[in-house]
Amino acid sequence: MGSGATGPVGRVWQLRAGVRAYGLIVMMWIRSTMTYRASFAMTTFGNFAATAFDFVTILLMFAHTEALGGYSLPEIALLYGLAGTAFGLTDLLLGSVDRLGRRVRDGTLDTLLVRPVPVLAQVAADRFALRRLGRVFQGLLVLGYALVVLDVDWSPLKVLMLPLAVVSGAAIFAAVFVTGAAFQFVAQDAAEVQNGFTYGGSTLLQYPPTIFAKELVRGVTFVVPLAFVNWLPALYVLGREAPAGLPGWLAFLPPVVAVGCVGLAGLAWRVGLRSYRSTGS
Amino acid sequence: MRLYMAVAVGGFRRYATYRVATAAGVFANTVFGFIMAYTYIALWDERPRLGGYDQAEALTFVWLGQALLMTCAMMGGGFGEELVDRIRTGDVAIDLYRPVDLQLWWLAGDLGRAAFHLIGRGIAPMVLGGLVFELVLPADPLTWVAFLVSVALGVVVSFAVRYLLALSAFWLLDGTGVLQISMLTGLFFSGMLLPLTLFPGALGEVARALPWSSLLQIPADVFLGKHTGWGLIRAYAFQAGWAVLLLGAGRALQTVATRRVVVQGG
Repeated sequence: MGSGATGPVGRVWQLRAGVRAYGLIVMMWIRSTMTYRASFAMTTFGNFAATAFDFVTILLMFAHTEALGGYSLPEIALLYGLAGTAFGLTDLLLGSVDRLGRRVRDGTLDTLLVRPVPVLAQVAADRFALRRLGRVFQGLLVLGYALVVLDVDWSPLKVLMLPLAVVSGAAIFAAVFVTGAAFQFVAQDAAEVQNGFTYGGSTLLQYPPTIFAKELVRGVTFVVPLAFVNWLPALYVLGREAPAGLPGWLAFLPPVVAVGCVGLAGLAWRVGLRSYRSTGS
Repeated sequence: MRLYMAVAVGGFRRYATYRVATAAGVFANTVFGFIMAYTYIALWDERPRLGGYDQAEALTFVWLGQALLMTCAMMGGGFGEELVDRIRTGDVAIDLYRPVDLQLWWLAGDLGRAAFHLIGRGIAPMVLGGLVFELVLPADPLTWVAFLVSVALGVVVSFAVRYLLALSAFWLLDGTGVLQISMLTGLFFSGMLLPLTLFPGALGEVARALPWSSLLQIPADVFLGKHTGWGLIRAYAFQAGWAVLLLGAGRALQTVATRRVVVQGG
């Protein structure tokens, strides 16, 4: 952006300005949401219930079987809880970026470009929906259930793995969201492609990797590295072998992968933003 | 009648305009279809013949679900948001003094939309799924016809439910919550997440008796040849019964609601 800031100092300044602006816009949306408290309570519960149906489906499956792909219900609950919480956090903080295509189409993105605030911060905070907390709660609830009923031989490293997985997982999902948004600069109507990766990805991760084809598991490890969100760390916690013949030390890489993904997503965003051409009028 | 035909054609063409969006939607349907297909394989590996389906039938059920998700608007959508918006802003007053029937107008548009979604969003995921997984396709052309009739009835039931819910905006003004509930019930009770024959005990009986089973469970069973002869007639009667009942309720509510608009002065 043409703020004239260059070099590392300029970058840090820009980042701080972006985060601050993001916070201000978010606060404004929260205040506006809180005007209709009943509606907020209802939609938050709705968000909770919407994601809860995913887990109810798994429970219904387990009404007919003891194991799915060799995994018990508590083990799947751990996978589900980690993926659900990580995805919920990203959806809460960045979920609005998939509306970018609409803004490109109707030309309202121009308004954001002339404001002295990073565009990504504005797009991410746009229509911030606190009700998405419902999704986070649901993920945490299932995670809590898993941790209570699971019989794990805990070590400090395994304990540390859980918060690490959630934070790294949220960052990896964030990278997917932002890359998807950058793609919408090119293909404005393609919001559903992004949904395939974000919502589809989080659904995929709710199930154990053993039930999917090996190529698919390798694809979400090396191409779109979703496997680092929960599969690899959770399988380490459960004391299971890494999926699809992958090496076990990959379980410790989520933070590294997350940083790499966020970097690439930032790059994609810049390229996308630079290629933007207004619809004009 | 010609007017409503024109509205239906308009509904079809309106959705057909967005080709990239359609392709993107097919992509999303296919991704979800793959994920669900693998979970079903895992489940049917453990329990062959679960819910009265063998594995190939269960996989066919998955891809039928993806094919009909948009057609029968199981996640809501279609005209719902638009009508809620028009009610909230008061634009519905203009619709009401047009010399057409409000309910039939929206029904015609929604049928056009559904026809497009069946072709644009239904065929491609089904073909892609069929390339990778072993699916059961009816050999008898009459079964295909029976299936299409059942889908059409499902669309009408789906419309009737969504119309009823959208009308609630006359009282609630903010339709977000209602639309959300409509999406949840639509997904869960249609059999989209899991065939209703797998729901245990009373939950299963209730789920199979609710209108949403017309959206996927019944068309899928017709496709798989589970309803033939008198069974097929009974399935149609179930769908048509709900359609008539819900359309009637929508009409009654519409009468009450329009009186309310007049009282408010628009």
